[in-house]
Amino acid sequence: MNILAPIAVLGVLGAIFGLWLGFVQRLFVVKKDPRAEHIFSLLPGSNCGACGHAGCFGLAEALSKGEVDTVTCPVAHEQEREKIAEILGISIKAKEKTTATLICGGGVKCRNNFEYHGVEDCNAAILIMNGPKACLFGCVGMGSCVKSCPFGAINMGGDGLPRINPEKCTSCGKCVKICPRGVITITPLEKQYHIQCNSRDKGPDTIKACKAGCIACGKCVNACPEHAIEIKDNLAYIDYAKCINCGKCKEVCPTKAIERRE
Amino acid sequence: MNLSEFMTIAISAIFINNFILTRFLGLCPFIGVSKQTKPALGMGAAVIFVMTLSGFITWVVYKYLLVPLELEYLRTIAFILVIAVFVQAVEMAMAKLSPAIYKAMGIYLPLITTNCAVLGVTVLNVNMFFGKDISAGHSFSASLLQAFCAGIGFALAMLLMSGIRERLDLTDVPKSLQGVPIAFIVASLMSMGFLGFSGFKF
Repeated sequence: MNILAPIAVLGVLGAIFGLWLGFVQRLFVVKKDPRAEHIFSLLPGSNCGACGHAGCFGLAEALSKGEVDTVTCPVAHEQEREKIAEILGISIKAKEKTTATLICGGGVKCRNNFEYHGVEDCNAAILIMNGPKACLFGCVGMGSCVKSCPFGAINMGGDGLPRINPEKCTSCGKCVKICPRGVITITPLEKQYHIQCNSRDKGPDTIKACKAGCIACGKCVNACPEHAIEIKDNLAYIDYAKCINCGKCKEVCPTKAIERRE
Repeated sequence: MNLSEFMTIAISAIFINNFILTRFLGLCPFIGVSKQTKPALGMGAAVIFVMTLSGFITWVVYKYLLVPLELEYLRTIAFILVIAVFVQAVEMAMAKLSPAIYKAMGIYLPLITTNCAVLGVTVLNVNMFFGKDISAGHSFSASLLQAFCAGIGFALAMLLMSGIRERLDLTDVPKSLQGVPIAFIVASLMSMGFLGFSGFKF
């Protein structure tokens, strides 16, 4: 008899609560767009936030509500993009494949002002006298970008510079954001030649700090058959829209500040 | 309830017997959600809300169901049942009626449905505020106050911890201690610090 009372009480309680929860569920039903779930399953799911939404599901919801009209995800593959567009009944423009590119050739070639024995983090290192590197525009070399990459596309090379693997890189832009010196940019994958310097110092000052710097001599400007290079703020810039991958600029550069990506 | 009793319950629940740092309840969300200040605050708010709500409900269930039927020994399982059901129902209602609050706080609710700190405060209420010489009204207000203040103490510990951990991210921690281990060491130091509050005797 004693065992029956507790069983009855808990059983009745459980039954009442179960029914009540079911009732509440029906009363406060929230309609979810099934398309959002479907789109979410097609997105990469790394929640990198490069699209500007709160994770992949945020983007999926925004897409299904029609708040954004193209797939802003820079990571998704072409097939997934097309499938998502199909679900939404919209068309997308094929996007040129891009990759993150390092625009500093310093590393061990860049002089150190002092020895740094602090936290291995670029943003922490530049808090102390702008970091150990003599060049105030170049890579700090502590590898914050390596840690920030959600796809493992960046690792530290032996020359004190990060190496970006274009095959793994999805151009999500996390490394661009975390780099305190802004020496990583997103460039078209098929353009192979890059100015490997970010120093806006005058030529003599640049070369004093770093043997691999651009001294703005202008040889590449004259050598380029397409007039794709111009000098601005003591630094050469390549206009990737005009570049034809000929490599004439690399041949004439006296400091070897122009690099070819394989 | 007079003022001195009010202060005794409040200060005891927030500082002296802080649920995380002195009673060691609710360590899972304390370590899990304390990496950044914003989620930690959201979690703290959700815990305050759930603790107060469950302090209220379990008091009613205990007083008008378990005590008359002489089933006090069923309180743990009965409390788990009621708290889980009510939190679930509130979550559903919140998602429908106020999406803004749901976004800020609701996502943490499933994490704390009958978290041990929540269950702990209700069981503690029953142990402390039920007896022959305590009137129903007094026992009710004391239970509610202790539940609310336990939530405040939880939120306070979360806020302190998240601030410390945000700074820990920029420091040079030995590799074997990175992440959760150093968080536990910090938590134990904080706990020893909170032991100092036991000097307040009323």
